[in-house]
Amino acid sequence: MTDHVLLEIKDLAVSVGGKEIIHDINLSIRAGETHVLFGPNGGGKTTLLMTIMGAPKYQVTNGSIHFRGQDITGLSIDERARLGIGMSTQRPPVVHGVKTQDMLVACAKAGQHDIDIEGLARKANMGEFMDRDINYGFSGGEIKRSELMQLLAQGPELVLLDEPESGVDLVNIALIGELINELLEKDHRIRERKRSGLIITHTGHILDYVTARVGYVLFEGTIICEGDPREMLATIMDRGYEECKKCAL
Amino acid sequence: MRTVEPEKRSTDKARTAADKPARYGEDIDLSSYLTSTDEIPYEESLSHLPEQAKETMLQAGVIADDNSQRSGTIIQMDHSIIHNVAKQEGIEVMGTNEALEKYDWLSDYYWKAVAVDSDKYTAHVDLNEGNGYFIRALPGSESLYPVQACLYMARAKLAQNVHNIIIAEEGSKLHIITGCTASIGNEPGLHLGVSEFYIKKGAQVSFTMIHNWSPEIAVRPRTGIIVEEGGVFLSNYVIMKPVHSIQTNPLARCIGDNATVRFNSIMVASEGSTMDMGSQVILDGKGSRTEIISRAITTGGDIMARGYIEGNAADVKGHLECRGLILRGEGMIHAIPELKGTLAGIDLSHEAAVGKIAEEEVEYLMMRGLTRDEATATIVRGFLSVDIEGLPSELSEELKRAVEASEKDIM
Repeated sequence: MTDHVLLEIKDLAVSVGGKEIIHDINLSIRAGETHVLFGPNGGGKTTLLMTIMGAPKYQVTNGSIHFRGQDITGLSIDERARLGIGMSTQRPPVVHGVKTQDMLVACAKAGQHDIDIEGLARKANMGEFMDRDINYGFSGGEIKRSELMQLLAQGPELVLLDEPESGVDLVNIALIGELINELLEKDHRIRERKRSGLIITHTGHILDYVTARVGYVLFEGTIICEGDPREMLATIMDRGYEECKKCAL
Repeated sequence: MRTVEPEKRSTDKARTAADKPARYGEDIDLSSYLTSTDEIPYEESLSHLPEQAKETMLQAGVIADDNSQRSGTIIQMDHSIIHNVAKQEGIEVMGTNEALEKYDWLSDYYWKAVAVDSDKYTAHVDLNEGNGYFIRALPGSESLYPVQACLYMARAKLAQNVHNIIIAEEGSKLHIITGCTASIGNEPGLHLGVSEFYIKKGAQVSFTMIHNWSPEIAVRPRTGIIVEEGGVFLSNYVIMKPVHSIQTNPLARCIGDNATVRFNSIMVASEGSTMDMGSQVILDGKGSRTEIISRAITTGGDIMARGYIEGNAADVKGHLECRGLILRGEGMIHAIPELKGTLAGIDLSHEAAVGKIAEEEVEYLMMRGLTRDEATATIVRGFLSVDIEGLPSELSEELKRAVEASEKDIM
């Protein structure tokens, strides 16, 4: 972990189709750190991640996003991907005629490095999917493994994961955890880690596999709590998000 | 110029249809085209052809310089067979007129899969000067490499008459690639191509056709296929370059049990092109199967994408898939999938979709670092890449090349 800030979000407000979804978001992630986002459905978690990634549907109406000190608020998705931001989405689309391995090649190109396609496929247990159209007929767990495998091929400095454990059975969740840990360089010594993560989790299961330093509760479009993720999860499990709301008041 | 002996013609029937318009497509005034042209000399070696002609052929998948990867070659320029070679034992390749002279029995196959009085175009082919190719695989033989055939239009304003007969005898296996092309610039021309396929018991034919016409050519192919027991017919039809109009609706009949027919069509209509492309399969043999897949893109032209499957026997199965993509401009895609079943226990289905490129897919690829243009090109390439089983790798490569070569025009 180094001291330099990788991602800095200031006073961010975002609208979709003219309706404000999130507002007054401030957070900063240093290189090597992993943060998690908790919050009920509709709280704005996915909106925040999609906005950091740069999806055009999410209109920034206030504030800024800086990545490695550069203001990226106005950059397109692909420019952000090439700068070193990568994201796994919950329900990626099927792209007919585009094979899983084509996606790995595209990711490696964006990350500007060589990849071992077979090795990655083996690691993510996705060997039989390489010649299949991306996401076509994939189960929930297969989609997650495919998304993480693509991120491993891309090797982004900032990894945005939208509920990486949802729809994954207990057998596969360990593998998902391993892939995330590799992605976030958890095998490196703490001071040497450069990659950072921002992970949405609904169940908190992923915390059994991934060490996160900071947690946030996103409620009704803004961050109402920030703290130790495990403590937060315990409170949420025990008393629900209503307690977070009361606490924030 | 060789002509077919009168007794081998079906002229009386043809005459009755001389003015009969086709069911679909713009009606063409045949009197505005030439019916005959000069004979073009035979070339012992295709390497003597002008570079431009060779390049034009290559764009339609026909290799003039090196035919080591081909089991045979036949080139028809206007109405002349200018080159013809069969390189493999068990595979016959020659002009249709020559074959009709050589084999009396060929009259049993002449106008039997396509009716001579189908419309004025079939009648025109029968009543006027022309030629075509005859390709036959003898019983049990297998073409190691594809046989290549080229139908080339060199004379402007000509109605090029072509009558092809393809016979795969019992247990044989035949791969054919046909390139249709022209070097008449923006001059008008008409290509009338009749093709009759006979796939005997247990035989297999893959037929890959790549069109590389020019903007003022009208094309009216008329194709009939008869598939016997256990036979397989696989068609790949690619038309991605501008053409004034094309209208075709090949009809395959599975007359034997467990016969299989697959039609894959890839079409791209640019502004000024009108394409009315169909595929019809009639499943009369028990357990017969078919799959009709079409991919249509318009960048300003009009496309009718038709499909028809009829199931008349027990345990037949058919699926029709038609996808259209409107990339830009004022183009139109009209998908008409039709199914007809006449008894219980058959399984016919279809799916059709016409739309634009999904923004969600573009953004997904951009998220992986592709620019918007790269993402769009990748999706278009993916859309056009139909997985084709049973095609030799040289032909898969040829198809891939044809698609890739047109990408720039599409984008």
